[in-house]
Order: sequence, then structure tokens, then C-alpha cells
Amino acid sequence: MTTIPSSQAPDGRYRFAQVATMEWIKLRSLRSTWWALGATVAGAVGIAVAVGVNTRDAAADLTNNALAGIALGLLLTGVLGVLAVTGEYSSGMIQATLAAIPNRPLVLAAKAAVLGVVALAVGEAAAFIAFFAGGAALPPTVPAPTLGQPGVLRAVTLGGAGYCLIGLFGLGLGAIIRHTPGAIVVLVGGVYVLAQLVAGFAPAIMPYLPVSIVANSMSVVQPVAAGQVRFLSPWAGLGMLGLYAAVTLGTGAWLLARRDV
Amino acid sequence: MLEARGLTKRYGSTVAVDALSFDARPGAVTGFLGPNGAGKSTTMRLILGLDDPDAGEARIGGRRYRELDWPLREVGAVLEARAFHPGRSARAHLTALAASNDIPRSRVEEALGTVGLADAAGRRAGQLSLGMAQRLGIAAALLGDPGVLLLDEPVNGLDPEGIRWMRNLLRSLAAEGRVVLVSSHLIGEMARTAERVVVIGRGRLLAATSVQELSARSGSLEEAFLELTADSVDYRARTT
Repeated sequence: MTTIPSSQAPDGRYRFAQVATMEWIKLRSLRSTWWALGATVAGAVGIAVAVGVNTRDAAADLTNNALAGIALGLLLTGVLGVLAVTGEYSSGMIQATLAAIPNRPLVLAAKAAVLGVVALAVGEAAAFIAFFAGGAALPPTVPAPTLGQPGVLRAVTLGGAGYCLIGLFGLGLGAIIRHTPGAIVVLVGGVYVLAQLVAGFAPAIMPYLPVSIVANSMSVVQPVAAGQVRFLSPWAGLGMLGLYAAVTLGTGAWLLARRDV
Repeated sequence: MLEARGLTKRYGSTVAVDALSFDARPGAVTGFLGPNGAGKSTTMRLILGLDDPDAGEARIGGRRYRELDWPLREVGAVLEARAFHPGRSARAHLTALAASNDIPRSRVEEALGTVGLADAAGRRAGQLSLGMAQRLGIAAALLGDPGVLLLDEPVNGLDPEGIRWMRNLLRSLAAEGRVVLVSSHLIGEMARTAERVVVIGRGRLLAATSVQELSARSGSLEEAFLELTADSVDYRARTT
């Protein structure tokens, strides 16, 4: 009596490529993914047009204005990141996933890669379409910015990358917290509500909050200063936001490997 | 061969599984029996590496679950009836799992056919009845044509036709030389399906033997089970 051998198992063992394929199939086979991504682009473009139509001051940072919708849309990719983990816990899918791939950090890494690439592609599309739509909506008296002007291409590209990094931040929060409502409260609180509170009570840490990094550092052509507050440079903002995503994902992976499912 | 050796799991001050050792052999359906709360589900979670034991280990063909090269090709498991995302179709659910272990796409359609879900495969899985959800779980377990199957209460939610189908499926999977470990609290159903039994109570091993031998002790498997577990149930109605 011997255990029957697995039929034609390929050589080696499961690797990142197989896990990433699984995660891509999971992400694309949920309608909510496409609603969230569609709404992200539509929101960015809609707000860009609304801001463009109402612009009168040609000396304003017109690129940053056209990217004004990004700050709100960050919530959608953030929630998408949260749900990529918490949706598995609430449905019980996590058991099937971790029975298929017992290497839990590898699962989270594959989720991060798939979500990161999708959020980056959609985020860049949202940023560029918003930039051009916002420019086209400007009144005839205000000349539209072009990508060739200093800092404009950087602002649009980094603005689009903001979606990706907030999505990864949400993914890490989801892995740490595991419950949808709790993780979304922390995401919204950390990204938006905290910014409102801090602006009043502790303006010195304002430049380090995720939403102001995207809105006032990464997606600007002209450096922003508000009273005593100096916002981070675009590249420092990118690094800081990347650090937030890396720390939450690293913590999430560490907890995922140690906790019972 | 599936071997549990000294498996122990505590949750706070409660000992859910207590130095549990048993084997499940290829070629036979092994019934995994115990009263509610005996630790059956916890044991299965420990075998699959979903929970970490405080002591002991489980090995599948000599290896721990986490060491398996292609887990779904070696072990198929159904723990909860609805271990899938309700918004995803049955087909997409299986396709994703198949991809994770490099299992050919053709196996998805085969598994859907085997469990009778081919017509419902495109529907959102959240709309499946409990019986259909159980079948989807079985399809996922069969995807990789594994040598070991672990099923936790697989007949819950099945109608009489489904229960008979499950019984025949489990017996034929065992007859093909697989390890089939099935937990249930439906003793009568186990008496008809299993050849061997592992009985636990309060996380401890009470018996590991053949159905025939255990039944012979007290006249029926049910009587033998109730006698064995008499000290292990938390609440029992008084019989007058």
C-alpha cells in the first residue's frame, strides 16, 4: 500500500510566477475590481475638467490643478488593496489560497506585484487623461500646460504612481488588520481624516501625511508652501510614500507568516 | 500515508487537540469521528499548516505540508463549505487555484464535470446552494488529482442523492489507492462509507481501528461511538 504518485507533476516547486498568475486571475475575476478602477479614472478626469473650466489664473500650477482628482481617487485603489486581503478572510477563501500556497509571504508578494502593476497602469492612465482633459477644459485666456514644460511630466507621472503606492499601503493594512471595516477605517483615517486634524493641531507633520505627499509633493510643478509648512520635494515624497507601503507590507507579511489563519 | 504524531494545539487555556497521534492509510476511507468540539476541524487545520501546532507534527508521505512542492497535487482539502469569494464564478475560482500549482486548465472543466457543476460554473459562487458549494469545494480538492484527501463534514447540506453520490465518490477515490480522511458526526453515514475510523474526544485519541472491529464491540458503530465518547461530551440530554 503506497500513496499513489501525483500524476505528471512538473519539476521543481511552486514559484512566484504561479502565485502571481493565481492572484491576477483572482483580481480580474471580480467585478468590483473593474468598478473601482473605472471610477478611479472617471473621478480623476471629471474633477480635472471641472477644475479646468473654472480656472481664471494663468499663473496657478495648472498641472497640479488638473491632477486635483487624484487625492480623492486614492481611496479607491487603497480600498482595492485592503479588499485583496480582507475579502479573502471574510469569505473563507484565504484557507484555499494558503492551502494552495503555504508560503505566505510569497502570497502577499504576488498580491503586491499584481495589484501594484494594475494600480500603476490605471493610475498613470488616470493621471495622463486627467492632465490632457483638464488642459483642454481651460478657458481660451489660459494656455494649457504641456508635458515639455519643466517638471510637468514628472508631476503627472508621480501623481499616477500615487495610486499604486496607496494601493500597496492598503494591501499592507489589509494583511495586518484582516477585517474589512477595521482596515478601511484605518485607511480612511490615516489618509484623509488625520490630514484634517493635523492641519489644525500639528502642521509640522502635515508634509508627511500620505494625502499631502501625493497632492502637495508628488503631483506639483511649483513647490507648495503654506505658512511655516514646507512640503517634501517630489522625489522625497515618492520615497516617503514608498516607505509607508514597504513598512505596512513588510509588517503584514511578518504577521501573516506567524498567525493562525 | 498521512501521519499525525503528538499533535497538540491550545487556544488560551483550552486544549483543542491533545497529543493526538494516528495514521490514515491509502486505499481506505478513514472516518474521523468525535462529538462537537472534539477537535476534528482543528486537527485538519493543523495537518494543512493553516494553524501552527504547539507540539507534534503531521506528515504527508513523510513531509510536512509546508514542505510540499505542489500542495494541491498532493493533498486536496475541503474544510469549510464556502471557502471561496462569493463574487467570483465557480470556474474562475478553480482556474485561479489551478494556476497556483501549474495544473492544466483542462482539469478545471474535468473537475466541474465530476461534481456536476458544469452548468453552474459561470454563475457567481455566492449564489450557489449549500449543496452546490460543497460540490465546488470537492472540485477544488480534486483539481490536482491528489493522493491524499481531507474532507471536513462533506455531506452537510447535501440532499439524499448528493449523500449517496458523495459516499460513492469517497469509496472510489479510496479504491484508487488514495488516502481519504473524512470527518463527520453522522455515524450512520460513516458506518456505510468508511472502512477505518479514528475516534477522538476532547482532543484525545479514543480509538483507531476498523469500522468492523469497533462495531463488533457494542453491536453497532453508533453504540460503540456513544460508549467511547460518553466522558467526552460537554452536554448531554438526560435519557429517561
